[in-house]
Amino acid sequence: MALALPSAAVPPGLAGLPESVRPVSLAGGRVLPVLPALVGLLPGGGLRRGSTVAVAGSTSLALALLAGPSAAGSWCAAVGLPSLGLLAAAEVGVAVGRLALVASPGADWAAVVAALLDALDVVVVRLPDRGVRAADARRLGARARERGAVLVPLGRWEGADVRLSVASSSWQGLGEGSGHLRARLVEVVAEGRGAAARPRRARLWFPSADGEVVPAVGGSGAGGSCGEKARYPGPGAAPSFRRTSA
Amino acid sequence: MTVAGRSCGEKARYPGPGTAGTSGAGAGGGGTGGGAIRTLVAWVPDWPVVAAGVPAEVAAAVVFSNRVVACSAGARAEGVVRGIRRREAQGRCPGLVVLGHDPSRDARAFEPVAGAVAAFAPRVEVLRPGVVAVATLGPSRYFGGDTALAAKVTDAVTSTLAAQRVGEAGSGCVVGIADGAFAAGLAARRGTVVAPGGSAAFLAPFPVAALDQPNLAGLLVRLGLRTLGAFAALPATDVLARFGPDGARAHRQARGLDERPLTGHEPPADFAVQVELDPPALRVDTAAFAAKALADELHRTLAKRGLACTRVCIEAETEHGEHLARLWRSDGALTPAAMAERVRWQLDGWLHAPVSSSDRPTGGISLLRLAPDQVVPDNGRQQGFWGGTTETAERAARALARVQGMLGPEAVVTAVPSGGRHPGERVTLVPWGDEREPVRPADRPWPGQVPSPSPATVFAPPLAAELVASSGDPVGVTGRGTVTAAPARLSVDGGRWAAVASWAGPWPADERWWDTAAHRRRARFQVVAGDAAWLLALEGGRWWAEASYD
Repeated sequence: MALALPSAAVPPGLAGLPESVRPVSLAGGRVLPVLPALVGLLPGGGLRRGSTVAVAGSTSLALALLAGPSAAGSWCAAVGLPSLGLLAAAEVGVAVGRLALVASPGADWAAVVAALLDALDVVVVRLPDRGVRAADARRLGARARERGAVLVPLGRWEGADVRLSVASSSWQGLGEGSGHLRARLVEVVAEGRGAAARPRRARLWFPSADGEVVPAVGGSGAGGSCGEKARYPGPGAAPSFRRTSA
Repeated sequence: MTVAGRSCGEKARYPGPGTAGTSGAGAGGGGTGGGAIRTLVAWVPDWPVVAAGVPAEVAAAVVFSNRVVACSAGARAEGVVRGIRRREAQGRCPGLVVLGHDPSRDARAFEPVAGAVAAFAPRVEVLRPGVVAVATLGPSRYFGGDTALAAKVTDAVTSTLAAQRVGEAGSGCVVGIADGAFAAGLAARRGTVVAPGGSAAFLAPFPVAALDQPNLAGLLVRLGLRTLGAFAALPATDVLARFGPDGARAHRQARGLDERPLTGHEPPADFAVQVELDPPALRVDTAAFAAKALADELHRTLAKRGLACTRVCIEAETEHGEHLARLWRSDGALTPAAMAERVRWQLDGWLHAPVSSSDRPTGGISLLRLAPDQVVPDNGRQQGFWGGTTETAERAARALARVQGMLGPEAVVTAVPSGGRHPGERVTLVPWGDEREPVRPADRPWPGQVPSPSPATVFAPPLAAELVASSGDPVGVTGRGTVTAAPARLSVDGGRWAAVASWAGPWPADERWWDTAAHRRRARFQVVAGDAAWLLALEGGRWWAEASYD
């Protein structure tokens, strides 16, 4: 965008260059980009630096949230998630080379998260089983605000700016002993405070049959599945949609 | 000073590996013996034993793949010779000290000896540890003849050996001078100086076995050519036609010509530095303090040679004799501070390891050693222009290193796509800072991969599950790969039962059937029960939830 090159003169190999050499955070870039399908859910259309976005009920939703910043060059970390499906992360668009995993942060959980918030852009945290002390939660929220990082706790988190949760989810592609999981229709609800006080809802194909996260067209579940039908190749898969979307 | 001069001169002359073998004929012009450079060979007998620091009168032998490759004079007196089996050697000499074969130790220990010879003439060639050759034309003239030079070299090498090993100095050094390195080597065994042009006559009575080519020597003996003189009498062209290039080279040697010109060679230097901690360090900060000085020293040694270290082996020994070692790697050159930091993390990890861990030392650390495992020319550091290491990445790297310092180097990992069938197998977790290499290549076909989308949660280890038919009986898979009944209800990890809405499978996976230890036979299913979708596996009659599509 900034490099005004005549498009005809750009060799094909260099087409993506302006995008890849663009600075990760512009001076005014207080908002980290997210996948287009999630833009409508978040106040400001992205992950505002310094905010806390709690995700409940879906690990893949947290991964989708990471995908946008990670693809744009941000460094991310996941703390306390030994069973994180990294292949799913890669499929949704997270650059796994820039996703650091601290599977077992041990007793010094809060100190580890604080150290990561100091330097990384997005830190996903599964809360320890014994719960979080309110003082720790406040301190980490403040640290994220101060360092311009985004804290993404999985589960309940007091004082989250935005709370994302999955209201409903239905998988498509499976039959009675045939097919395989192909796509999922989910309804994501975003609530919060301040700019996010008004709950927002979005129906997403997450993932779609192409493995992407796209908004589901149409107002009802039936409409969504009709719209999707055209995308699925192969007759074997067709009967299952009728069953699961009913 | 002499070392630097030698290596400079050698660099300019070095003909390169491609030409070394073929330039023998052309190089002859420089010598006096009609095709051979007059050469001095200094030989320290039984070098591997001497290098190991064993006095000559002690019966000792260096053993490699169960055969004696070198033995001391003391062992020889008991009847031990090269080439016999270890057990036989021990039978002949029950008190035999058996030493391991370590060519790099031999080479390193020989470096001072080569240096002593290099003081007389440039372009010293170490033929093998224990044997060094040098062209003598100029030096002989300067030092007053071959005999005088031989005496000087003998003295110098002997005094170097004495300085190296306090007290007993092996069995000394023998020097021989002749035309051609091969003849000089044999002259060194006898400690004689062969007159110029006399190499062929000197070599003639030696048996062909002296060529040190057992196959060729055996063949020559069967052909009736028992001495080098008899072999040398054959026409060179016929020898080449019958015995090939190797035979032709041996023929040149037998005739007293040079097999190839001398070239210099520098043995790999030993850059490792170590420090003994007395009293042994029980606390990390005590050892880390010593490590800082050690890292500085290593950095100085390397910087002097224009090198930088990208991989360092941190070794520690405890007062109870435990040996701990770990390789640390860095993308860029390790600065002294970065190296000291890594030592501190590593010591922290060892000293604070769980009590059950086998790595946990039982005593204080008594010795600390830093061995550069990979050195590269220090080209300085170029910041990336487009891409490369950005400031963000550096900041992130520091934070991750800090967390590694808190939790140990293995606690922070990144994933590398890797080959496999199960979603958990298809990533390799690599500790931060290590080389990002997958354990299984991802670019191979992996038939039977679980199709994408992949599950967002992969349980390691898998959770126990129960999948039952509407009758309440567990669902099984027949030998023909079909289910015994349609699944109706699912419970994962002892949780609530959920009705199965849809399912797919079984997808049999018969993995590594060729390996009895790693062989696994499983049947996988995808099941949607309630809101959740699961990847289940039936193995040995039990159901497991391997992953969840949550």
